[in-house]
Amino acid sequence: MTSTATTTPTIQIERPPDLQVTGMSKHFGTLVALDNVSMHLKPGSFHALLGENGAGKSTLVKCIMGFYAPTSGAVLIDNNPVKIANPRDAHHYGIGMVYQHFTSVPAMTVAENLVLSRYESKALINWKDEMEQLQVFMDSSPFRVPIDVPIAQLAAGQKQKLEILKQLYLQSRILILDEPTSVLTPAEADEVLGLLREQVTEGKLSVLMISHKFREVMAFADEITVLRKGRFAGSGLVKDLTVPEMAEMMMGEKKEPTPVNKVADLEKAAVLDVRNLCANKDNGVEAVSSVNLVVHSGEIVGIAGISGNGQRELVEVLAGQREPTSGEIYVNGEPYGATRAEMFKHKVFALPEEPLKNACVPHMSVAENMALHTFDRPPQAKGIMLILNAIRQTAIGLIHQFSVKTPSPETPVGNLSGGNVQRAVLARELSADHIKLLIAANPCFGLDFNAVDFIHTEIVDARNRGVAVLLVSEDLDELLKLSDRILVISGGKFVYDSPIDEADFAAIGTSMAGH
Amino acid sequence: MALSQSWRRTLESLCLSFGAILAGILLFGVFCALAGTNPFAVYGSIWKAAFGTWSTFQNTLVRAAPLMLSALCTALPARLGLVIIGNEGALVVGGLAAVSMGLAMGTAFPPFIVQVGMAIAGMIMGGIWIGAAGWLRHYRGVNETISSLLLNYVAIALLNHLVGGPLRDPSSLNKPSTFPLAEVNMLGSIPGTRVHWGLLYGLIACIIAYFLMQRTTFGFAARTAGGNIRAAKIAGLPVGKLTVMICFLAGTCAGLAGMVEVAAVQGAANESLNVGYGYGGILVAFAARHNPLAAVLISLLVGGILASGGILQRAHGLPDATVLIFQGLVFLMVLYSDSLYGKFGVFKEKPIMIEPPAPPPPSPGQEPVMTV
Repeated sequence: MTSTATTTPTIQIERPPDLQVTGMSKHFGTLVALDNVSMHLKPGSFHALLGENGAGKSTLVKCIMGFYAPTSGAVLIDNNPVKIANPRDAHHYGIGMVYQHFTSVPAMTVAENLVLSRYESKALINWKDEMEQLQVFMDSSPFRVPIDVPIAQLAAGQKQKLEILKQLYLQSRILILDEPTSVLTPAEADEVLGLLREQVTEGKLSVLMISHKFREVMAFADEITVLRKGRFAGSGLVKDLTVPEMAEMMMGEKKEPTPVNKVADLEKAAVLDVRNLCANKDNGVEAVSSVNLVVHSGEIVGIAGISGNGQRELVEVLAGQREPTSGEIYVNGEPYGATRAEMFKHKVFALPEEPLKNACVPHMSVAENMALHTFDRPPQAKGIMLILNAIRQTAIGLIHQFSVKTPSPETPVGNLSGGNVQRAVLARELSADHIKLLIAANPCFGLDFNAVDFIHTEIVDARNRGVAVLLVSEDLDELLKLSDRILVISGGKFVYDSPIDEADFAAIGTSMAGH
Repeated sequence: MALSQSWRRTLESLCLSFGAILAGILLFGVFCALAGTNPFAVYGSIWKAAFGTWSTFQNTLVRAAPLMLSALCTALPARLGLVIIGNEGALVVGGLAAVSMGLAMGTAFPPFIVQVGMAIAGMIMGGIWIGAAGWLRHYRGVNETISSLLLNYVAIALLNHLVGGPLRDPSSLNKPSTFPLAEVNMLGSIPGTRVHWGLLYGLIACIIAYFLMQRTTFGFAARTAGGNIRAAKIAGLPVGKLTVMICFLAGTCAGLAGMVEVAAVQGAANESLNVGYGYGGILVAFAARHNPLAAVLISLLVGGILASGGILQRAHGLPDATVLIFQGLVFLMVLYSDSLYGKFGVFKEKPIMIEPPAPPPPSPGQEPVMTV
């Protein structure tokens, strides 16, 4: 009944160890990422680690995992100080981590990645035995991923499930999860966390979860530890705390979600008109089958759906990253092929998911990345010559305006933290004067509250100015909050379409599930 | 601060590149010792033959000129993320096209016009050669390294066929060649030297290439597409066109090298065209980390190695091909050094968070919108 029982023989009854961190500090040069933080993960408990972007949560868990060598401080397992120099040592003590970024080999199959993740290495792999064992493991695991599919073809949600499965496969007793649900739908998130919760309640696992979502913390966690700016900011039992109290610990002040103010009765004109659009996945299987979609000015059209139902391919076609197999796209009544000239003419901008992978050149500087749309026209260019100073000045303005934390405009954007990369892309896409069409896909993936509120406000502001917004999100709450009209995509087709005030939540749920 | 950090990166490139070359020289010394000669005497000879006197240095310069041009054939596409090694082929077809044009124009036009015609013919032919590899890459998914390598053999076969048949000068008995170019149409020497004008072509091409990649919108677009093709597409950049254009430009440089070789050195197209300037150019491009300006300096070094081939044979009884071993060892070390980037703490950027520069006075609509 548990996933771990059937794979390799091991001590099944062993309770998860007790994990304590005392006085942990980590300095990068003169930057203090973590300052004298202590925490205690009791055996068989579900512990949430809260904090804003850059609060030091990832640094703390990476120190526990031996990924970083802490500047000072100790890790105690069952009250014995232990030395964890690398993730292999951590695995030795039964600690496994699911990282924020996926760590599977894209070209290899799920089965190969699972076998690869094992620490003991054999010279020969008996694939027949392995496949049988993997199938048994997969059948008994809390959630399933097809084992013979290459990782590259999995959607983000499935990849995240695989990352968790990998740790279960490795028989980790303490699971560290770095924002595990940021790519999952609320239903998927509840399912995954619920199953982990069961394992915790049965005393088989301890979980340390980095999260931004209070809803999940309230529903699943026993205890929280809060970090703020690298320092310990508080801890306590979830049952003794309220959301505003937790938010206050995180931000040092009470935080109400900013309500969105929508202007009603805007003049409507069709901006984006998609007709009979078809597109394939990378493996040639049809992902989007003959969809029709109209987005009017001053309207936010939200597309909900479980990841892997064609929304990624649809966004890629609209953003110019994928060739459609058939169908037409019109913007402002003119055929649109996502060329640079058309993007400029119709003022089309995009906020793709995973911005470092989709919208940035990691080794080019922050300034250059911010100039991606504007480098070839005045004032950043004169004829064919770049005006480097103009590019730099624009970047300095945007860095300040959008609070991007970077050592300098010349720093390669790949050296920034995830949240700051996102801000840099936001700065580029939302700073243009007259956006007409905005295509956003999971724009708030893994961001803190301030940033999420900011993005939501910006999107609604844009809508109120008459921008047509297509918002694809795996976060249903976000869609319900922002959209004027909500569509559900399932199996590459729109299966539900309703204005937001007539939207029926139950019907949305069943449509997403493909019924 | 930003200045000192980029300074560290530059120092890292310099130290690793020159360190790699030094390691290659040491290994070559071991090879010489095994071959029964005194390595230090060999080093001395190479130095004398390459850089020792103004007279021998001119030999180095003559060999550096085609290397600079041919290095660009690898260095430019590298900025787009492509590994092109078809330099030799582009150089050969460039030389062939230049000779054909030179012979066709004959003495009916002023020499300057004929030289321009030869240069253009060589560049276009070389450009098409490498452009084809780029086209295959983008539109047909053919690996550009393999296709450009194979195109080398096609080019050499084409050369052998033409000089052995249709274009053969019957008077070239031992070494089949095309008819020689008219003496007046040959590229002359820079006054006061034995170095031909091709050196200037190489210098200018490297400088243009540097400015093209670093300071123009075209170079920006190419670097973006090279760094992340998905980001380039989301910005609407025409990735396919960029690929073909960069490859075409790269090919024109190698084609020009071929023109320089026939019009300034050989006087005709024959098997001396493919003596290794193409492969040497790959070495130069990698050692220069695909920086066109650094390629100028590295070309001098590799040119010097090539120029010392004869003396190794005469003075030390080593085979002529010894310099190729030298070149190969240096190349191996240069490729190895690539794996050492970021391994030395001295060159690490200090992650000091500096305060953002004093913000410009907020103009309306530019106030900070997020505070953290």
